Amino acid sequence: METQTTTGLEKAKAVEKWRTHLFPAGLAILILLNILIFMEHLGFSIVSRYYKGILILAFINIILAVSLNLINGITGLFSIGHAGFMAVGAYVSALLSLNMGRWEFVSPQVQAVIQFPLVLLAGGLAAALAGLVIGIPTLRLRGDYLAIATLGFGEIIRVVALNLNITRGARGIASIPNYTSLWWAQLFAVVTVVIIWNIVHSNHGRAMVAIREDEIAAEAMGINTTYYKVLSFTIGAFFAGVAGGLLAHHLTFISPKAFDVLKSIEILLMVVLGGLGSITGSVIAAIVLTALPEVLRFLQAYRMVIYAGTLVVLMIFRPQGLFGRAEVDLTVFKSFFRSRTGEEVTSRPEKRGGNGGSA
Amino acid sequence: MLTVENLHVYYGAIHAIQGISFSVRQGEIVTLIGANGAGKSTILKTISGLLQPREGKILLEGEEISTLAPHQIVARGISQVPEGRRVFPELSVLENLELGAYQRKGKEHLKELEWVFELFPRLEERKNQPAGTLSGGEQQMLAIGRGLMAKPRLLLLDEPSMGLAPLLVKEIFAIIQEINAAGTTILLVEQNAHMALSIAQTGYVLETGEIVLSGSAAELVRNEEVRKAYLGL
Ligand SMILES: Nc1ncnc2c1ncn2[C@@H]1O[C@H](COP(=O)(O)OP(=O)(O)O)[C@@H](O)[C@H]1O
Ligand SMILES: [Mg+2]
Repeated sequence: METQTTTGLEKAKAVEKWRTHLFPAGLAILILLNILIFMEHLGFSIVSRYYKGILILAFINIILAVSLNLINGITGLFSIGHAGFMAVGAYVSALLSLNMGRWEFVSPQVQAVIQFPLVLLAGGLAAALAGLVIGIPTLRLRGDYLAIATLGFGEIIRVVALNLNITRGARGIASIPNYTSLWWAQLFAVVTVVIIWNIVHSNHGRAMVAIREDEIAAEAMGINTTYYKVLSFTIGAFFAGVAGGLLAHHLTFISPKAFDVLKSIEILLMVVLGGLGSITGSVIAAIVLTALPEVLRFLQAYRMVIYAGTLVVLMIFRPQGLFGRAEVDLTVFKSFFRSRTGEEVTSRPEKRGGNGGSA
Repeated sequence: MLTVENLHVYYGAIHAIQGISFSVRQGEIVTLIGANGAGKSTILKTISGLLQPREGKILLEGEEISTLAPHQIVARGISQVPEGRRVFPELSVLENLELGAYQRKGKEHLKELEWVFELFPRLEERKNQPAGTLSGGEQQMLAIGRGLMAKPRLLLLDEPSMGLAPLLVKEIFAIIQEINAAGTTILLVEQNAHMALSIAQTGYVLETGEIVLSGSAAELVRNEEVRKAYLGL
């Protein structure tokens, strides 16, 4: 028991150190990024089209990573079919946009502003419905049936999209209106993070964390575990659908290839890299993993090697991901400034007395 | 208060509980003693709804509860302290306790929290520490405290003495008596027959899924078979 205590303490100290170093860096990047985006919003064209596209992708990836983190990191389920829900959202919203026609009573710009959030919502709801259909039968059972079911679902969606007339098979759907601006992407990313953050820090989130920690004990505490597993999974699917819709209206072209298993794994990597259970980690990892392949573009063929190698090294030295389960929030903000003014940072776990009653 | 009638529980083809009947009266400490594998945990898990019986009845004050889900059973006032403590390791002691009061609204649970900290001052000292870093004894205290947070009428305890030093077992059993004295009925499952019979009023002896002996704790302590098989005398 003693050893358990010391590793616990060391872990807590490491987290604390990590937080105090990462926090200012992360904050600086975020402020810079926001100044940049704000200038862009004001109409300055500092950022080229190319970088703007990367920023939009980063925001979409934030939605994907944070929503998958709710399922895999917070609730401790193992879903590997996030791209499938993305596909549902992408196809549903794209087809709606293409078939809505022109509203005569408003200008095209006004129509876009009203129509776009509605079709995204519809895409999200369709994905959530798909989540319910898969979630209810598989999540009633204990154990990892979900992994297999979600993997299968991702493939089924891809095959269905390949073979249906309405989805136009492998040719995909083209000339989707280009509605996804930096504005919309950022707005939806922020809204997603805020909503999921609030879920996690509510009573519902606590039930989900309890399920992750020990499902049987959670059940014994009177938590309706099936309900919360399905809830978490469905909410995650919803936001994946919204992200899919944003992507469709950003690329203006979608085909089944964009939503294959590799895409699911890419999202999973963001969550694992950032730290299962850390929303902050997911956000940062989504940004890093969107930018990294672009930054490494000049290395051409070696790009993927370096990319994969970095991940392998990280998983060896920091298997819990960059952030573990830690969050960068206001408490860290406070403790950071306190530590700078000379006060001791109180690491959360207290030191135990020398012979504190170990059995 | 609780009546179990002709209970049969299976794990697939394994007939783990073979027609057991017993009852727990309001205000009592009742103990089920038996060796490893006798079926003690299976009975508790069936009462708390984690397992479904194939046959038989479980009545809580006359209401059949064996078909209910665990969260419905907690809502009816039964809470379980599972075997091997099963605390939530990465959550703090306080968060663990709050999860015990999961079904209660608002600040209703603050009175129990105060009481739990009174019973186990060590938990209050360590309230912000992750539960996984507690010693075995402290984890057992936390598991019991967490069970009390639901303010149960009936508390199910599954081998609270497991893996603990004798002195600590004494300490914990004294607290179980204190909890009972405060009005909580207790069903205690134990391998440590000596300790269990020393605090219980009624006992049942369980062997391979069947009750082979029952009576008042005082009678059982005097019983020759119990003395030989379970008390090592
Ligand atoms: N999940 C399970 N699957 C199959 N058999 C089990 C399972 N759990 C317990 N058993 C069997 O049921 C019997 C009773 O087990 P249990 O209730 O855990 O006993 P005790 O708590 O008295 O040690 C044992 O023979 C055990 O091997
Ligand atoms: Mg047992």
